[in-house]
Amino acid sequence: MRSVAVVGASLAGLAAARALRAQGYDGGITLIGDEPRAPYDRPPLSKDFLLSRTSTEELALTTDDDESLAVDWRLGTTATALDPYERRITLSDGGEVRADGVVIATGARARTLPGAGAPGAGGMSGVHTLRTLDDALALRESLRSGGPLVVIGAGFIGSEVASTALAAGLDVTVVEALPVPLAGPLGAGMGAVCAGLHTDHGVPVLCGVPVRELLGGARVEGVRLADGTVLPAATVLVGIGAEPNTDWLADSGLDIRDGVRTDARGATAVPHVVAAGDCAASYQPGPARHVRTEHWTDALRQPETAVRALLAGPDAGADTACGPLPYFWSEQYGVRIQFAGARRDGDSVRIESGDPEDRSFLAVYERDGRPTAVLGMDQPKQFTRWRRRLAADWAAVTT
Amino acid sequence: MEHSETLTREDTVLVACRIEDLPPGESVRVDAAEGTEAVAVFNADGELYAIDDTCTHQDASLADGWLEGCTVECPLHAACFDLRTGMPSGPPAKRPVRTHRVTVEDGVVRVHVAAPVGAL
Repeated sequence: MRSVAVVGASLAGLAAARALRAQGYDGGITLIGDEPRAPYDRPPLSKDFLLSRTSTEELALTTDDDESLAVDWRLGTTATALDPYERRITLSDGGEVRADGVVIATGARARTLPGAGAPGAGGMSGVHTLRTLDDALALRESLRSGGPLVVIGAGFIGSEVASTALAAGLDVTVVEALPVPLAGPLGAGMGAVCAGLHTDHGVPVLCGVPVRELLGGARVEGVRLADGTVLPAATVLVGIGAEPNTDWLADSGLDIRDGVRTDARGATAVPHVVAAGDCAASYQPGPARHVRTEHWTDALRQPETAVRALLAGPDAGADTACGPLPYFWSEQYGVRIQFAGARRDGDSVRIESGDPEDRSFLAVYERDGRPTAVLGMDQPKQFTRWRRRLAADWAAVTT
Repeated sequence: MEHSETLTREDTVLVACRIEDLPPGESVRVDAAEGTEAVAVFNADGELYAIDDTCTHQDASLADGWLEGCTVECPLHAACFDLRTGMPSGPPAKRPVRTHRVTVEDGVVRVHVAAPVGAL
């Protein structure tokens, strides 16, 4: 293999380039990214960066050591198509890149409110999503003009922005279409505990009522809910999830049902094409199905495995390597939330220590008497012990 | 490394714990004495290592972190550090933590904390 194209230049794409060199590959690497910026870290965008406590420079993921990667950077260029057998990538600037191997790491994009128009593209001003650094800069500017802020969606991004905006002194309201926020990742009981962080701090959370429409002209002035309630708004943050960036693969023949489907290693059904990070739905032996995650740690670690599969070649056969135990964290109102494992509906929840009312506790999810996941709120040490235990079980599934 | 330039200075010796309280895979935080910062001591498969406890990326205790081999992952943002060198081995941290010498005598684990650069 003499040339590899990595499509996507965020955490997973950079991790793939580093993994290629770390695993001894010395051919050419072309790194294609649609944003004009060098890879940067996204988690601070909803937190300290919004408060101007973290600079753009501090977000940079690359260090001086990355010079030695000898990467041909193609930033500000969007991949628009892939011929998977020729491994030919068509670019938005009319050019193309041909490579012996392809790593797909195109990530995900923020979902927009149906009918509201994309922020900054014909939609109302003052209506934002948060995914990129430019999104964060625009949101920061909008928040500077003061509140009220209405956050649509009480997921992690929305909750973090609500917490950050409150810290900046804004009047904040959170709206959630589901009866209980975060019921998907955490289950209803623990989702309700997390939602309690908002109300602890005087931020109303209106649940179970969808948004009917945004009010205003050139700039947003309010949000009307399905029950007729009107919430005044100077800024609206839409945090209703993300969609994998796989449209460009529509004609590639790759299986892109909710993400690029791969085996446990990150290999697609097409030889010499692998995928990793938010855009990939990799097979997980534990739950025995394809799972697409949007976890920072997966974007960092999956490329190592995917690159190993790429360099081993399609004839190496599928090994049984499993990915790392799913893990994610959030910070809201000064509280650290950590979650690890694979929770399923119907799992029971046991409070291992602390008290949810105190917003400091450890909860263990169980199925058939066995732990499946763990949630910690301001319990990093205890959480780490349980994460270790679950990781050992997780690895044991495949051996 | 910063501390190598300060070897001529007097190290501060902190008592961490008894060795039986630090089995493999475990870590302990030793709170700061005057003129030092808190340090974290790890037992990585039988080898003891000490580093500054505070992550260089953002304020979090590395003693609460995830130990895997000779790497500790920060519990806040998953920044990784090599316990042997203090160097960041994964983003988002870009600056190293200081490493400190660990000794065990009569079952007592001690950390020899180098004086911070610029300290008298």
